[in-house]
Amino acid sequence: MTIETKIDVPVMADVTAKGEKPEYLYWVGCAGAFDDRYQKVARAFAKILNHLGVSYAVLGKEESCTGDAAKRAGNEMLFQMQAMQNIEILNGYEVKKIICTCPHCYNTLKNEYPDLGGNYEVINYAVFLDEMIRTGKLKLENNPFKGETITYHDPCYLGRGNGIYDAPRNVVKAVFGEVKEMKRARSYGLCCGAGGAQMFKEAEKGDKEVNIERTEEIIERKVDKVASACPFCMTMLTDGIKLKNKEAELQNLDIAEIIEKALNL
Amino acid sequence: MIKQILFIITLLITFGVFAYSVTRLWGFFRLTKPAYPIKNIGARISHTLNVAFGQAKIFRKPVIGLMHALVFWGFLVITLGSIEMVVDGVSGLDRAFAFTGWFYDVVIASGDVFALLIIIFIKLFSIRRMFLKVKRFSGVEMTSKANWDAQLSLFFIGFLMVSLICFNMGYISNHPNGYEGVYPVSATLVNLFGWDFSWLQEPGWWVHILLIFTFANYLPYSKHFHVFLSIPNVFLANLEPITKYPNLESITREVKLMLDPETAYDENAEVARFGVKDVEDVSWKNYMDSLSCTQCGRCTDVCPANITGKLLSPRKIFVDLRKRMDEKGPLAIAGKEDNKSLLRDYISEEEIWACTTCNACAQECPIDISHPNLIMDMRRYLVMEESAAPAGLNVMFANIENNGAPWQFSPEDRMKWTE
Repeated sequence: MTIETKIDVPVMADVTAKGEKPEYLYWVGCAGAFDDRYQKVARAFAKILNHLGVSYAVLGKEESCTGDAAKRAGNEMLFQMQAMQNIEILNGYEVKKIICTCPHCYNTLKNEYPDLGGNYEVINYAVFLDEMIRTGKLKLENNPFKGETITYHDPCYLGRGNGIYDAPRNVVKAVFGEVKEMKRARSYGLCCGAGGAQMFKEAEKGDKEVNIERTEEIIERKVDKVASACPFCMTMLTDGIKLKNKEAELQNLDIAEIIEKALNL
Repeated sequence: MIKQILFIITLLITFGVFAYSVTRLWGFFRLTKPAYPIKNIGARISHTLNVAFGQAKIFRKPVIGLMHALVFWGFLVITLGSIEMVVDGVSGLDRAFAFTGWFYDVVIASGDVFALLIIIFIKLFSIRRMFLKVKRFSGVEMTSKANWDAQLSLFFIGFLMVSLICFNMGYISNHPNGYEGVYPVSATLVNLFGWDFSWLQEPGWWVHILLIFTFANYLPYSKHFHVFLSIPNVFLANLEPITKYPNLESITREVKLMLDPETAYDENAEVARFGVKDVEDVSWKNYMDSLSCTQCGRCTDVCPANITGKLLSPRKIFVDLRKRMDEKGPLAIAGKEDNKSLLRDYISEEEIWACTTCNACAQECPIDISHPNLIMDMRRYLVMEESAAPAGLNVMFANIENNGAPWQFSPEDRMKWTE
C-alpha cells in the first residue's frame, strides 16, 4: 500500500487570480471528487497531467454536477439549472478546452451543453492519453504488469455514444501489449448496468443484476485484469467481482491507473 | 381492351383504398408533436445509401443479415419490373420498358434470379419462425396476431415471386421465336420440363399484379409496413450522437426566467405537457418509428435489462405506441377521449425505469429507431408532471439540488481527492 500524499492540483480561481490562463480545464466530476474508489483515478490522471507538465486547472469548489443523471432520470428542470450554472462559470473563465475522465460528464458537456450556450472543445481522457502516447510525450518503457492479461469493458457513453473505441484500447495496449476482447465488445458491448441513473436506484425485478451478467462474461475470459474508463462501470464491475468472490484473481483498473503504474507516479 | 379496362378499374380501387389508409395515418400524424428540423440533406443521403441501401446495420448479424439484404435488393429490382407491369396493364403494351436495351436485360435477369432466391429465403424465414425457437421472436408483445401477421407477409412475398416466375415462364413459351429480356431461372425451368407453358402467362400476370395490389393495401395495417417506411425512416433518422438527448426548450425558457427574472416572459409560448404520457405527446418521428418497426427484436435481444429478466423490452415500447395510436387516434380526431394512456395502460412504470440508456437497442436497430430517448421522455412526464420517481432518484435529485453532487457530500470537500 503506497502512502497517499497530497498532489498538487491547480484550481482555476487561484490560477486566474495570478493572471494566468490554463490551456485545459480538467473536469473531475462528482465521482472523481467523492467516490472512494474513483478518487484514485482522478489522482492518477492529475499525476499524469503533472508529469506531462500540461497547463491545466480544475474548478474545485466551483464545479457542480453536470446534471447528466438528473436528465436521464427525467428531471430536465434540474439538469438545465445545473447546466446553466456550470456554463456561467465555465464561460466566466473563458474556458476553451475541457478534459473529462467520466464519459457521462463528457457526453453531456460535449453534446448537450452547446444548445444551452456552452461551447467548448470537450476531450475525453482516453483520446488525450492515446494522443500523448502516440506523439511520444508519454514514454512507457516498463510494464509493471508483466505476464498478466487484460480485457477492456466499453463504457456505453464513450463507445456507442461517441464512437471512442480504439483510444482506450490503444492506451491499454501501450502497457499490456494486447487486449483480450470479450464477445460483447465495442459497439456490441454490454452495459455495466449503472447508466441512465440506475446507479442511484434499486434495480427492477429480474433474474439477475446487469453487472453480474457482465462480470460473468469477464470471468469467462480468464484474464487477470479488466480495464474500464468510467466511474459507474468501475463501481459496478468492482462490486460484481466482489460478489463473485474473484477479488484475488481479477481486478478492475481504470486506464489512467494503468498509465500511472507504468510511469511509477 | 377488356383487360385494360379491368386493369385500370383494379388500379383505381387499389389507389383509392391506399389513399384512405394514408389519410387515416396522416390524421394520426397531425396529432403528434414536432421533432428535430430535417437538415443536412447530403449527409442524410449518404446515411441512407449506407444504412438502407447498403444494409449496414442488418449485417451486424451476418448470416441472417445477408439473407435479408438479398431479399431487399431483389425487391428493389423486382419493383422496377412491377412498375413496367402497371404501365403494360394501363397501356396495353407488352414489355413497355424493353427499349432500355441492356439495362432492361440486366434488371429482368437479376429480377428473375432474385425471385428464386427470395422464394428460398422466405421459406427458410417462415420455417425458422415456426420451428426454431428464436428468442427474439418471443415476448409479451409478440402475440399470436403478430406472428400471423409475420407469416402472412412471408406468404404474400413468397407467392409474389412464384407468380412472377410463372408469368415469365408463360411469356417465354409464348415467344418461341425470341423474346425481350433475359430469364436465367424461368428459361431453365421451361427447358427442363420441355412443356408448353404459354397458358401460364395471363394467370401469372394477373395473380402477380393482384397480389402486389392486395399486399400494398394490407401493409398499412401490418408490421410489414416496414417495406414502405423503413427507407424514409432511415433518411429522416436522428444523425446526432445516439447518446445526445435533446434539451427540452420549454424548460430552457422556465430556467432562464428563474435564473434571471428580467428575461421577458413569452406569453405566446405554448404550455405543453412535460414529457410523454400518451400518443399526442410523442413526436411525429416517434410515431413514424412505430410504423416502420417490423418487430425484428434485435433491440430487445441486446437490452441489458431484458437479458437479465426485467420487464423492459425496447421493441414493446414502439409496438405499444402504434397500438395505442390505433385506439386513441380516431377518438382524438373525433374530439373524444378515453380514460386510458400509453403510459400505465400500455407501458408500465416498471418498464420505463429499468432502462440503463446504454443505447445498445438504438445501435442495433436496422432502421435507426431511438428507444431510450422515448423512454426518457416518459420519465420526464413521471418526474416533472407527477413527481413519481423511484425513491432513490428523489434522493439523488435532492443531493444535486442541495450539494451539486448526486451523493451527499459538501461542495466544500470537492478538493479532498487531492489530499
